[in-house]
Amino acid sequence: METSLLLTLLLAPFAGFLFNVFFGKKVSRNVSGTIGTIAVAVSFIVSLNFFFQINSTKQPILIDLFQWMELANFKVNFSFLLDQLSILWLLFVTGIGTLIHIYSISYMHDDENLNKFFAYLNLFIFFMIMLVVGSNLLIMFIGWEGVGLCSYLLIGFWYKNQDYNDAAKKAFIMNRIGDLGFLIGIFILGYLFKSVDFTTIKEIVANGKTPIDLGWLGFATLCLFIGASGKSAQIPLYTWLPDAMAGPTPVSALIHAATMVTAGIFMITRLNFLFDLTPDVQMIIAVIGAVTSLVAAFIALVQNDIKKVLAYSTVSQLGLMFLALGLGAYEIAVFHVITHAFFKACLFLGSGSVIHALHGEQDMRKMGGLRKYMKVTYITFLIATLAISGIPIFAGFFSKDEILMVAFHENKALYVIASLASIMTAFYMFRLLYLTFFKEFRGTEEQKHHLHESPNLITFPLIILAILSTIGGFISFPGHSWLNEYLAPIFIGEREEHHLDGTTYMLMGIAVIGALIGIGIAYSNYIKKSQVPNEDSKITGFAKVLYNKFYVDEIYTAVIVKPIYAIASFSKNFIETALSGFIFGLGKVTNMVGTQGKVLQNGSVGFYLFAFVLGTASIIAYLFLAQ
Amino acid sequence: MQNVLQEIGVENYIYLSTILFCIGIFGVLFRRNAIVMFMSIEIMLNAVNLLLVVFSTYHQDASGQVFVFFSMAVAAAEVAVGLAILVGIYRNIHSIDIDKLKNLKG
Repeated sequence: METSLLLTLLLAPFAGFLFNVFFGKKVSRNVSGTIGTIAVAVSFIVSLNFFFQINSTKQPILIDLFQWMELANFKVNFSFLLDQLSILWLLFVTGIGTLIHIYSISYMHDDENLNKFFAYLNLFIFFMIMLVVGSNLLIMFIGWEGVGLCSYLLIGFWYKNQDYNDAAKKAFIMNRIGDLGFLIGIFILGYLFKSVDFTTIKEIVANGKTPIDLGWLGFATLCLFIGASGKSAQIPLYTWLPDAMAGPTPVSALIHAATMVTAGIFMITRLNFLFDLTPDVQMIIAVIGAVTSLVAAFIALVQNDIKKVLAYSTVSQLGLMFLALGLGAYEIAVFHVITHAFFKACLFLGSGSVIHALHGEQDMRKMGGLRKYMKVTYITFLIATLAISGIPIFAGFFSKDEILMVAFHENKALYVIASLASIMTAFYMFRLLYLTFFKEFRGTEEQKHHLHESPNLITFPLIILAILSTIGGFISFPGHSWLNEYLAPIFIGEREEHHLDGTTYMLMGIAVIGALIGIGIAYSNYIKKSQVPNEDSKITGFAKVLYNKFYVDEIYTAVIVKPIYAIASFSKNFIETALSGFIFGLGKVTNMVGTQGKVLQNGSVGFYLFAFVLGTASIIAYLFLAQ
Repeated sequence: MQNVLQEIGVENYIYLSTILFCIGIFGVLFRRNAIVMFMSIEIMLNAVNLLLVVFSTYHQDASGQVFVFFSMAVAAAEVAVGLAILVGIYRNIHSIDIDKLKNLKG
């Protein structure tokens, strides 16, 4: 029963993928989209079923399909683990996935490759489920690579634009660097524990009898973190995510904001017991997370492309999640993953709705005043913005506040960095909101004439996500957290809970005041003074450095890409020439010897005899002379 | 038998044998007629046989002469085969000039 349910869960999106690949062109556009959506909705319903089951039994479900490989005493089974963590991930991956599929039916309606789009989206959901429910690191790695592939395909979905193709390749290569780290981490864990199975490793660690080489383990967790930082866009591998916005907006919402980029956090939470053993690596994770959140927030301050702002905001929020992971507060990181999935998906879909209304315009300098024309989009966008800024009762407030609270207790410097990033978040999100929806419309008359609210299929997911962004925070209410209790079985030992006290309220107060300051600055700049960001050429000073993203891409080009090109051209021009010259030379010499030598075999018996006699005579002469 | 060698001297037999062998070699190298070449080869063979017999006598060892019997028997067989090949060649190209035997050239 459970096996067949799991297979339904896993294979429904795959069936949708196959259908859309083979028959998508033959059926009408709406059918193609509907089938894709239903495939994911089926997975969502099955996930719900599993969720209710585990909520009552509290027992993780292990489904063993078959033995995959066996190398001496190292065995890997093709099996799936449905525990609290994976089911939680399943719920929001398939849930938000379904909403975004619905949205895409309308958003991508005029695209000629609609069936291809839904095929890729379904394939992505398939691999994401595989990543989440795999019971060992190798199955997780299949999903891990699969979602990377889908990400690549979808970023480069509009393949006729070379810039988009380049962005896709960049994402793929950056991820590949991280994946190498992940793979090395898997190998070391396999060597240390003679198993890559989560349950087995957890038992070995929990039981504590087998001594573990902490040096190797630290190296392994560091490698795993490199893998996570590639997938979840952390320094130094974050530069692909902003470029990934080249893909269609639903893709940005689903893959590059809500689900795939949280895979790194999922993996680290999955292996939390290993990271707990290596505090040095945890420290690195926390620092990198905090610095990433600050750097990305800085860059987001001055971006003018609506999706770029959201992309850097995603990087920044992921940084906060890594900060929580590094501080050992895994359930809080998971909490922020979930709330972030709600409001960031809502924000991206909202921006998609705006871009849809403006026929592809993404520059906020050419927007403005959309509040009057797009009521639903405006209200949902406002709710999501309040949520990400950390205004009380909205989801983001609770999760972000808990991260700040943990940081405050563990490390004051990281707390300051994270708080700064939060204040900036409030500022740039409201800057985005004001520039897009307030004041007068700054685009062309032609665009103004066509302004309209998006169709129901687009606004429906927005409304659902806005509701979730509002109430989502209550799954982990400070003081009495349902989420922490729910997630308790995936950890070893008791988790300490931060109780509500004076400090907590003070920190909440500071966070809210910080957010309000950010909002206030945005209000005075963009509403009171009616500023509009300068043209590209007029940006100067520090803002120019920020606008150009700290020149990180240029630095990478100069430090990594250029030298590699130099090595490549050296190899091509010198090494290859020398090697092929040598090889061709060998061939020429052999050929020449053959050509000259064949003259000797001329068929004349007289000549043969002469050569024979001469040869014998010389041998005899030699034998005499040798004595 | 010793006196045979005493009367003429062993070195004269060696000279004769060398002369015969060289006649054979030059016959093989410079004649084009396959039968003449064949005969030259036989002369070389007999030169060697002669030398064997001479040394056998000189060393008072009969095994050299026994070896010559074998050599002559094998030579007889070789002549039979060789002549048969020559007849075959003549039937094919109506000539026994070895310069015309170039069909096997690669």
